[in-house]
Amino acid sequence: MTDNTKPSRKAAPQGGSALEEARLRQQAIGVKLRHMFDEVVNEPVPDEFLDILRRADERSGGSGA
Amino acid sequence: MSGASNSPPKPPSADDAAFKRELVALIPHLRAFARTLTGDPTAADDLAQDAMMKAWDARASYQMGTNMKAWTFMILRNQFYSEKRRSWRQSQLDQEAAERTLVAVDDPESPVALDELRLALATLPEEQREALILVGAGGFAYEEAAEICQCAVGTVKSRVSRARKALQATLERGGYARDGRAAGDAMRSILADADRLSSVRG
Repeated sequence: MTDNTKPSRKAAPQGGSALEEARLRQQAIGVKLRHMFDEVVNEPVPDEFLDILRRADERSGGSGA
Repeated sequence: MSGASNSPPKPPSADDAAFKRELVALIPHLRAFARTLTGDPTAADDLAQDAMMKAWDARASYQMGTNMKAWTFMILRNQFYSEKRRSWRQSQLDQEAAERTLVAVDDPESPVALDELRLALATLPEEQREALILVGAGGFAYEEAAEICQCAVGTVKSRVSRARKALQATLERGGYARDGRAAGDAMRSILADADRLSSVRG
């Protein structure tokens, strides 16, 4: 177990551990939140997106061939 | 074959190509943000596509080298709220549906995909939810989130803080525990999940 909490926290074990517990919970929520977001970020992008962009690009004169 | 367009075609510009590359790289992030705003994958992709096209059409007003991610997120958010205003009735029903879902998940037949955090997020006021998502999941600084939401930095900070407190309280209350699980199990499963996720990440 890594201990990088400030030593002063240990002066009040009761309040300190409650504080630590709340911090852990917030951290856990944060991890889940990022995971939820990243799950979508890591999904393959549907072809539709690139098709739409390609068509728009061609319309605006950037035709490749 | 001649094009049907009336406007004289612009020569393909190097700037357009660079812009397009950056925009394409942002699509996954726009989809994720849209998903958290709408809560529905199909509606989210429609929204993300609209935002992508709005950004493309407005590319002349974008300064290359500035924060394109924040800029496109702002476009997406504005698009979301302007559509929502037009269909306020629809969104009101959606809110009711979300609340019904929250009380209905003690049904053992309900899909497992109904995730506690997602449900708890749905109970947050919109402005708190988006602030928390931008800062807590999207990786934006408070200043950037303020730019996206067009509000003061202090406002974003207080929204994020209130959102975190409310989320934790909701999860600990476990008011929507399913399968007869005791209240507080939602938080316990989040803690366990987070543990698993952080050990996977190393």
